[in-house]
Amino acid sequence: MVKNYDVIIIGAGGAGLRAAVEIPKEYSCAVLSKVFPPRSHTGTAQGGVCAALGNMEDDSWENHAFDTVKGSDYLGDQDAIETMCKDAIRAVIELEHMGLPFSRNEDGKIAQRKFGGHTKPEDPNDPYGKRIPVMRACYSADRTGHVMLQTLYENCIKNKVDFYSEFFVTDLIVEDNVCKGVAAFDIATGEVTVFHAKAVMLATGGYGRVFRITSNAHVGTGDGTALVYRNGLPLEDMEFFQFHPTGLWRLGILVSEAARGEGGILKNKDGERFMQRYAPTVMDLAPRDMVSRAIISEIREGRGIKGSDGTDYVLLDVSHLGKKVIDEKLPEITGFARTYLGVEPTKEPIPIQPTAHYAMGGIPANVNCEVLADEKGNTVKGLYAAGECACVSVHGGNRLGTNSLLDIVVFGRRGGKAIGEFLKTAEHAEIKSKPEEKTKEKMKSVLDNTGTEKVYKLRTELQEWMMEKCGIFRNENDLKAMVDKLVELNERYKSISIEDKGTVFNTDLMEALELENLLANAEATVHGALNRKESRGAHTREDFPKRDDDNWMKHSFIFENGGSPEIKLKPVTVTKYKPMERKY
Amino acid sequence: MDITVRILRYNPEKDDKPYFREYGIKDVSPDLRLLDVLHEIKWNQDGTLTFRRSCAHGICGSDGMKVNGKNRLACSVLLKDLNLKKPVVIEPLPSMPIIKDLVVDMSGFFSKYEVIKPYLITKTPPPPNSERLQSNEDAEKLFESAKCILCGCCTTSCPSTWSNENYIGPAAFLKAYRFAFDTRDEAGDERLDIIDNPDGVWRCHTIFNCIETCPKEINITWHISQLKKRISTREI
Repeated sequence: MVKNYDVIIIGAGGAGLRAAVEIPKEYSCAVLSKVFPPRSHTGTAQGGVCAALGNMEDDSWENHAFDTVKGSDYLGDQDAIETMCKDAIRAVIELEHMGLPFSRNEDGKIAQRKFGGHTKPEDPNDPYGKRIPVMRACYSADRTGHVMLQTLYENCIKNKVDFYSEFFVTDLIVEDNVCKGVAAFDIATGEVTVFHAKAVMLATGGYGRVFRITSNAHVGTGDGTALVYRNGLPLEDMEFFQFHPTGLWRLGILVSEAARGEGGILKNKDGERFMQRYAPTVMDLAPRDMVSRAIISEIREGRGIKGSDGTDYVLLDVSHLGKKVIDEKLPEITGFARTYLGVEPTKEPIPIQPTAHYAMGGIPANVNCEVLADEKGNTVKGLYAAGECACVSVHGGNRLGTNSLLDIVVFGRRGGKAIGEFLKTAEHAEIKSKPEEKTKEKMKSVLDNTGTEKVYKLRTELQEWMMEKCGIFRNENDLKAMVDKLVELNERYKSISIEDKGTVFNTDLMEALELENLLANAEATVHGALNRKESRGAHTREDFPKRDDDNWMKHSFIFENGGSPEIKLKPVTVTKYKPMERKY
Repeated sequence: MDITVRILRYNPEKDDKPYFREYGIKDVSPDLRLLDVLHEIKWNQDGTLTFRRSCAHGICGSDGMKVNGKNRLACSVLLKDLNLKKPVVIEPLPSMPIIKDLVVDMSGFFSKYEVIKPYLITKTPPPPNSERLQSNEDAEKLFESAKCILCGCCTTSCPSTWSNENYIGPAAFLKAYRFAFDTRDEAGDERLDIIDNPDGVWRCHTIFNCIETCPKEINITWHISQLKKRISTREI
């Protein structure tokens, strides 16, 4: 079956929904998602969305941009960061206008709180002097992502957006550098449809499920990044994967940085507030990469606490904040601690350990969300990407907390606008290949495979190895071992067999296809990590512990290249922020 | 400990009607989520077992199902909170067509949600460069209703839903409250008229099943009663 649309958006999280709202009404637009839109992973974001509204204290978008550049460890493209931080104020006010129920300050304006890495100069006349934490994160209790997703979904209903929920995209149709649509199957029936479009936006989210301990939902399998990579197009900076310092021990469930923003502190087994040794100025509110490394360093030096599952954790203490603050501002996350660990946060500290959280890297795109075909800046006609699956790059080597919810609304809108412009002159280009047959064959090859390998076993091996060899601390030996392991896993993937051979809601089949996507993401990540011989942001090489600005203020563009990945480099765009040592 | 799980299975491509199948799982920790047990079965015993899930910590609302007779999220139920001496009985959410095993067709649920105009309706344009003002007290009046994750546990637990497929249902009413009581909303009668009819709020007979089942512990009946009050006191 073939369906024609002007534009197809893949993914119904914040970026996809924001883009859908922006597409001019005269064009036909459909959003495809493998889950119902309100199930998307945006809904799990907790702490806030950043904008220098200055509702609580003086602040400026320039402060926000400075922090984002520094937080990125000088890998973020500074022009793109300026675009985002400047637009943040309008974007957050727009969310309020759309109906998002923000918490409010005493004046009835949007309430803001502190978050890691968000600072301003102590002396406004000395922008490069000492910096102190600033209240910049706009929030709705600790459910900011949830209400944002709801609000955007509500606005899509208002705008009568066409949804294809529970459709799994199997193929991105790119011919002669022109994107012509996608192929997908309806999960409920197994029926394959080719969506023939003038423009396609990928808003498919991250791939945290390549790691064993992750805050990411089961859907976070990097389907969009894999589609691009398998199409011979590059992925950018995939070696930069953020580990959030405070995942609930054993489960990886996110405990928002808002807990520390509101005054929570991290302690080791001796009860010491260890962050004062790692980031004397901002302590527990240092950026995530630094706090995660600090936690692992504490554990390695014997100051962690051994859990019943054999893994080590440290403690996040919010008990001194009092029941009122906890119940009003952190209800959701303290609820998780109660439900899943039986810990009462008003009385005792919460066991936490770093959890794989966010892909800074992804599909290279410019500030108008046009996907780049190479490191030289050439674009793929009709193909757009926004949100976590994209790399603009505004997060560089390390994303600051609350900048992801910002990223999705700023770039979702920009992408929608750019597509609107593009559609003024765009036409449906003829599809020369046979995508419907290709997808049917792909599904059949999994369904008919009688091999002895199991999806679950392969995926678990991948996740455990990635955690061990390509996690917070990396080195050449481990990464080379991981490269070999991936060759083995890719080979074994050819012999997977599944039990469910049916066409109706075959989640067995979906998990197999998602594993194939995870393997692609892992490959790009590991090769990127092996190639980058420095430590920057979330990428820490024990064998190259220093940041190397002379050689590595560059983005990695990785191409699949028929199974032997090839990496090309693109210089970081610098405007006015000179790299300096990253101390907090 | 060893446990037994009885799951209602149905594959429309093979089965005439749903049937129960039992699975034994050995040596499980009572700290596991019920969702972990379903995964254990799917990944190690029976790959054909079908259910929805995503975030696995009670935010996305995918894994609503009936557990020992009560609608729950599989990811928010710990084994230690269940009576494990008897088999744990798992069925799909009631009163919706089964697509396969624990997966139900939720299109009716979402269409009722859309009916109540689940979005802010305003007539006064907002200030161009700043937010509309709202006191934190007024904002917090919305938070409990805004917690709703649209899992469907409440609506499908409601006897009024079982007896009348046109009943709009508690989840949609909760969303109606979310907007009707937002100081920024100016829909007025436009939204209230939709729920002021025999298939609307008046069919809520305060049975409280919705409150008992809500995985987010929302006092849904209270919110519906506020809507009833608003409707019954408005000028005709």
